[in-house]
Amino acid sequence: MKLKTLLMAGAVSLLATAGAQADCAFENEVTVKSLSAGFEAWKAVTDAMAECGNVEAELDQEFRTKQPAAFAANPSLYHIGGVSNGTVTPLLNEGTIRPLDDLIAAHGQNLAPNQLIKINGETMAVAMMVNTQHLMYREDIFDDLGLEVPSTWDGVLEAAAAIKEAGVVDYPLGATMKSGWNLAQDFNNMFLGFGGQFTGADSMPTVNTEAGMKALDMMMRMTEYMDPEYLVSDSTYVQQQFQQGKIAMANLWASRGAAMDDEAESQVVGKVNAAAAPLAMEGGAPATTLWWDGIVIAKNISDEEAEAAFRVAMEGLDTEMVTANNDDAIWLISGYEPNRLAQGAIATASADPAPQSYPSTSQMGLMHTALGNELPAFFTGERDAAATLEAIEEAYITAAKEAGLIE
Amino acid sequence: MKFRTLAWFVGPSVFMMVLFIAFPLASVFLQSFQITQPVVETVEVETCTPGFVGQTCVTETKTTPVLDEFGNPQTTTEWVGLLSYARVLQLDQVGAAIASGTWSSILAIDFWKALRFTLTFTLVTLPLVIGLGLAIALAVNNAARSIRGQIIFVSLLPFIITPVIGALSIRWLFYGDGIVTALLEDMLATDISVAANGWAIELLMMFYRVWHVAPFAFVIFYAGLQTVNQDTLESAIIDGASRFERLRYVVVPHLMPLIIFVALIHLMDAYRAFEEVVGFSSQAHRITLQWLTYDLLEPDDAGNRAISRASASAMLTMIGIVILLIPLLRRTWRDHKGSAH
Repeated sequence: MKLKTLLMAGAVSLLATAGAQADCAFENEVTVKSLSAGFEAWKAVTDAMAECGNVEAELDQEFRTKQPAAFAANPSLYHIGGVSNGTVTPLLNEGTIRPLDDLIAAHGQNLAPNQLIKINGETMAVAMMVNTQHLMYREDIFDDLGLEVPSTWDGVLEAAAAIKEAGVVDYPLGATMKSGWNLAQDFNNMFLGFGGQFTGADSMPTVNTEAGMKALDMMMRMTEYMDPEYLVSDSTYVQQQFQQGKIAMANLWASRGAAMDDEAESQVVGKVNAAAAPLAMEGGAPATTLWWDGIVIAKNISDEEAEAAFRVAMEGLDTEMVTANNDDAIWLISGYEPNRLAQGAIATASADPAPQSYPSTSQMGLMHTALGNELPAFFTGERDAAATLEAIEEAYITAAKEAGLIE
Repeated sequence: MKFRTLAWFVGPSVFMMVLFIAFPLASVFLQSFQITQPVVETVEVETCTPGFVGQTCVTETKTTPVLDEFGNPQTTTEWVGLLSYARVLQLDQVGAAIASGTWSSILAIDFWKALRFTLTFTLVTLPLVIGLGLAIALAVNNAARSIRGQIIFVSLLPFIITPVIGALSIRWLFYGDGIVTALLEDMLATDISVAANGWAIELLMMFYRVWHVAPFAFVIFYAGLQTVNQDTLESAIIDGASRFERLRYVVVPHLMPLIIFVALIHLMDAYRAFEEVVGFSSQAHRITLQWLTYDLLEPDDAGNRAISRASASAMLTMIGIVILLIPLLRRTWRDHKGSAH
């Protein structure tokens, strides 16, 4: 897959250099390399960038392992980086990306103000899309059974019970609960939904709290309605469960929406709909986190290269690209027409109180790892909830001490 | 051979071994006693991120590394003695578990959980690999000459397949609605969830390893079988030895050095089991020591990696292998000394 994308990107850039810059406003003379994740939206953006010529795009799901070291090199190995609010942290911390304000003044006329990621007033990244986990459900099943679309997790469980009784699907509920990053992220959603905060003063953990207990309890109740193999179930697995008509509901990434209506893969085209992420408690924010994906420009490159890279990136993030790839993401770029499945993400983001952005801090990185490693023991029954939360805090403290974040 | 000629012959390989084995090993050894940390400061940071309609700005205190004049993060390195080892072994928790009498909770601690599984995995697969390898070798050796080539080729296939691909193909047979699971579900008319049970995953992981490594043992033993002394075998037949007795008293003693060789290689490989965890996504239920090291070394989204603990864990893995190998190495040494006299 990676090789194929690379070859294609190479082929496209070769074609482009041969003088096919019809779709790009300028002819790029400087070699520009980019490293980003490999999902559909990035493919659309890098393909649009490649039209300017001399662009080498690398789409790699392991980008987050490579990016910090590649950008710290001098000169940087890549000019453009594709990041999200989770993965921008090391680049910001190590100062390997440059402020973009001058470049935006010169070439960024088409950017909307809410695309600019500002740190202490300086624009460090340009966002292109938002992503969030929200409720996707089989509208036809809900209509047949006369069920209301649930707005709380208690409601989700009630609906799941009704669907289970009707026996119309294998499992009423799907969830991205693969042990490790995914399971930790599902806990994050629920924990924040119950009003929890991960760390307090002095970076000490505050997970072993009422919110933590409630989150674990809710997740355990959810598992009753799920495929028992949920600890190996990642986003793609849940997406396929939906596409094959095996599940009726899941809190799934908005970026997976387009796949539901992909006629080549899906048996449920047009039957899946999206709603806001359910609330964990009354008066709380939807139990989810908000994410953005966007581009950054490396610091350790010459100003000419940075300018070329930014201009190419702007071509990748223009209205033309969005019109051609409208359904691939919840774009922030002008010209985007939200479709049926985008409504859930929009409702989630505009809820009041709104869900938090995923915190881009070193502490959160450590916490996420600790959660991913210690939570599975709770779901396999090796530990009870209290012992699990205790183990998470201990694992976090050990890691934070080693990283020098706490004494 | 002149010393100069010898030096020219072995020089390049010694250089490579120092560069790629001895040097990294020494470096990991040293790092396991050190902790390198960035110098951090807490600063107020205002961050503005996009909502769908407007921007959300939050001001929060963040811990950020201090950069030196070249723009690189400043770091401090401290000698910490055995601290990283203590953090990997979590002896305080082991002590608490023993004191409270809940032995099973020791197995919930990462290192001990990994050690328990790695040892079981290594010791259970060892006799199976040797037994199966020997069985295939004997079968091929007794097969008609005309079909021997084809049988050897088919027997070698599992060994040729890339490990992760092999693990994945077995995973797909059993996980979710895999063909085998679906078949079993049809026959037994129940719902089977293989990946929901730790013991089932453990069995699959062992099955995969035996399936993958047995051809290696087979090739070695098959080569050994070609050199069995035919005169001894014939005299054993004349003495009235049964097929099993010939195997027990002639063939196996002849193959013994090879059996020890295969056992050594297998112990070293199996103790470093890693691709099974990735291939079968078994992290929730079963982890290995090598996976634990990898997990510590893998950076998280914020770029943190626990290099000191990873080094300590790697050193502990190496010590474990050495302990496992001691009995076999002693035996080889004894035989070697014996034959010299």
